[in-house]
Amino acid sequence: MRFERREHPSRALTLLAPLGAILGALVVAGVLIAIAGANPFRAYALILNGTFGSRLGISETLTRTTPLILTGLAAAVAFRARLWNIGGEGQFYLGAIAVAALGMIPAIAAMPAPIAIALCCIAGAVAGMVLLLVPLGLRLRFGVDEVVTTLLLNFVALLFVSLMIEGAMKDPLAFGWPQSVPVPDNTLLATLIPRTRLHAGLLIAVAMAVVVWFVQARSVFGMRARAAGLNPRAAAFSGVPLGRTLIGVACLSGGLAGLAGAIEVMGVKGYVTTDLSPNYGYSGIVIAMLANLNPLGVIVAALFTAVMFVGADSMSRALSIPSYIADVTVALSLLTMLVAIFLAQYRIRR
Amino acid sequence: MTRVLELSHITKRFGAVTANEDVSLHLDRGEIVALLGENGAGKTTLMSILFGHYTADEGTVSVEGQELPPGRSRAAIRAGVGMVHQHFALAPNLSVLDNVMTGTEPLWRLRSDRAAGRAKLVALSERFGLRVDPDALVSELSVGECQRVEILKALYNDARILILDEPTAVLTAQEAEGLFATLRQMTENGLSLIFISHKLHEVMSASDRVVVLRRGRVVAERRTSDTSREELAELMVGRKVERPARPPATPGRVLLSAVDLSVAGKGGASLHGVSFRLRAGETLGIIGVSGNGQTTLAGLISGLYPPTSGSLSVDGRAVTRYSVPDAIAAGIGRIPEDRNAEGTIGDMTTWENAVLERIWSPDFSARGFVRRAAARKATADILERYDVRGATVDGRIRLLSGGNMQKLILGRVLEAGPDILVAAQPSRGLDEGAIAGVHARLLEARGRGAGVLLISEDLDEVIALSDRIRAIVNGRLSPAIPAERANAQLLGLMMAGDWTAAERIEAETHDAL
Repeated sequence: MRFERREHPSRALTLLAPLGAILGALVVAGVLIAIAGANPFRAYALILNGTFGSRLGISETLTRTTPLILTGLAAAVAFRARLWNIGGEGQFYLGAIAVAALGMIPAIAAMPAPIAIALCCIAGAVAGMVLLLVPLGLRLRFGVDEVVTTLLLNFVALLFVSLMIEGAMKDPLAFGWPQSVPVPDNTLLATLIPRTRLHAGLLIAVAMAVVVWFVQARSVFGMRARAAGLNPRAAAFSGVPLGRTLIGVACLSGGLAGLAGAIEVMGVKGYVTTDLSPNYGYSGIVIAMLANLNPLGVIVAALFTAVMFVGADSMSRALSIPSYIADVTVALSLLTMLVAIFLAQYRIRR
Repeated sequence: MTRVLELSHITKRFGAVTANEDVSLHLDRGEIVALLGENGAGKTTLMSILFGHYTADEGTVSVEGQELPPGRSRAAIRAGVGMVHQHFALAPNLSVLDNVMTGTEPLWRLRSDRAAGRAKLVALSERFGLRVDPDALVSELSVGECQRVEILKALYNDARILILDEPTAVLTAQEAEGLFATLRQMTENGLSLIFISHKLHEVMSASDRVVVLRRGRVVAERRTSDTSREELAELMVGRKVERPARPPATPGRVLLSAVDLSVAGKGGASLHGVSFRLRAGETLGIIGVSGNGQTTLAGLISGLYPPTSGSLSVDGRAVTRYSVPDAIAAGIGRIPEDRNAEGTIGDMTTWENAVLERIWSPDFSARGFVRRAAARKATADILERYDVRGATVDGRIRLLSGGNMQKLILGRVLEAGPDILVAAQPSRGLDEGAIAGVHARLLEARGRGAGVLLISEDLDEVIALSDRIRAIVNGRLSPAIPAERANAQLLGLMMAGDWTAAERIEAETHDAL
């Protein structure tokens, strides 16, 4: 059996691949559910019911989707240019703590809400950028592999946040719980559906996906970033400034992950804890791969992931199956996606 | 004569592509057969089947009357077939003796019988006139010596039939002549040889019989003494192809002037104090064996990196900033040495590849956004004017053949109307028809007053296109000789670093330049 590259991968096949992948993952996960002693069809019905069956379910799912879109975009943008940013988690936390720090400045609380919110978003994004520019600088100057540095900086960032919220930024009114001083009310994002947690951050996230798509598809920067990723030597020969292009990519990628953290604080919690993110940064990597690095696909992939996580919670309560099945399904979908992408590009011959 | 090798009715398909179709070929004892054909004609596939790297879909291979089991290299070696690959398969950190003996002894033997191995190697090397030091590290050998080691390796395995895949691709003219003398000596000792080539002159001078392959089929078989270069060229290409002739030059003002340029080696070879001038309407040919600094020189003029010392001026103005956009803006058109690794990005579309190097120009972008309609239109024009076949504006460029890819590169460069053209190995790996097209374009650019810096390893190409020729050796440039005085002999000496004759000619002709 051999694999041959398809010279003209059809558009339909490329679009169907992710659907096939998700279907494949659900089938395999269904087998696992059956082994755990439950009816997989009932389990999936419960997952759908738990997410789309009620106003609360829908709003919770979309609230979960919001940061996942942004961290997914962060990974997708970087991977397109072959910049392996595994540090979304750390950038997320640094973006969050930056907003909390900014909120402690009295002048911010006195500003009109739109200006305060804009400033907080910028602060979060800049914090994320800085955390990614450090490993990129090490790569450009000394050739240090950014996979290692960005990954390890996640722990550094989380410990730094922990240091802050147990020290300088600790909320004195939190009965000793390690959490930051809450951000002022004028920086909180508007609620989209009354009496739910769904906030305007969703609109920001979707808008960012569209903007990123447009920049990648239409701008000189997007074209250069893609060229630099696909063939750095030819890109350099064509005059693409490799270093500057990668710095631009890092700013965009780190900025998006930082923005995700900032929005999570301003939209959901109002303060920072060390469990602010249930691995949003790492999930972003899976989501980017599931979306085949397409910014608009990231929206769909983020929604799928959010459905699995939110739905699995209610399903596990009803069927007494561990909710880890959500993690398993998302992980399986990544594997099946890789297979599906491969099959869309290659044909099997015997 | 005894028949030592017989390939009969070999057919090999890769998917929809038929690489070999009903190919039959035989070899007699003591004979040198040249397998002639263009790139993609199926020469290497055929030899790989013979050597057991591939299995044929149909047909058989027999050595001295015995049929070989398909797909077994070991069986081929045991039957006495040796192969010398175009790209050497030697371990640079081992000695010559180690390289030769590798794979000849069973793995489970604890001691290797180096004394016997050495004796055998020395005997072979004396018998065939292949001088080489058994204890030298391969990394310290020249390309010619590495090839000798490859041949010795095959002989050490008691090869009686030797297959050489494009053996002269990496050699200078002198080294190639030496090689052919050695091959002749080997046939006198009872060996039989097949060598693969697409160079007509060496086929004519070194073979007894020529088999011409075209599109996977044997189209002709001739005794070398009964044929001519012209006939073989036509047989190989399938039609009459004439490379364009060079009209007399009318050199104008100095467009490019290099004074004492040096580049410290960054991965590639260094340049040491290179000086030359290039005038409008002339072609300066730089000939050299690969690895002598020509890649570095091309990269420097192309704006990829600055020199460590020395100065370069373009049209009288000193170059202060070395960058690709600056080079292009100064009117330098660049044809890269490696089309696939440097000239194009395979997974991007044709139009993106066509405009990427000038994307900063207002023609193709405005306020940071790509002017897609304009870029597509310009690309469509290039595809039409430069006769790029098999390409669509929105298709991935990976699918193009080498010749069509080169046409696209020529198109994107020449459409910008460059004053200076740096062409690095412009016809490397192209077939005869495509080469003629590339040459016509280069002469056309020279005709409209551009200065062409032609960097090539191909003697015929340099002699045909250049008005003046310099050799590059170890990062230094030889004196320039006019093309009228050039011949393979003289250029070979210049490429080997012997510049006495060239100096004399330069002194004689200096007034004319």
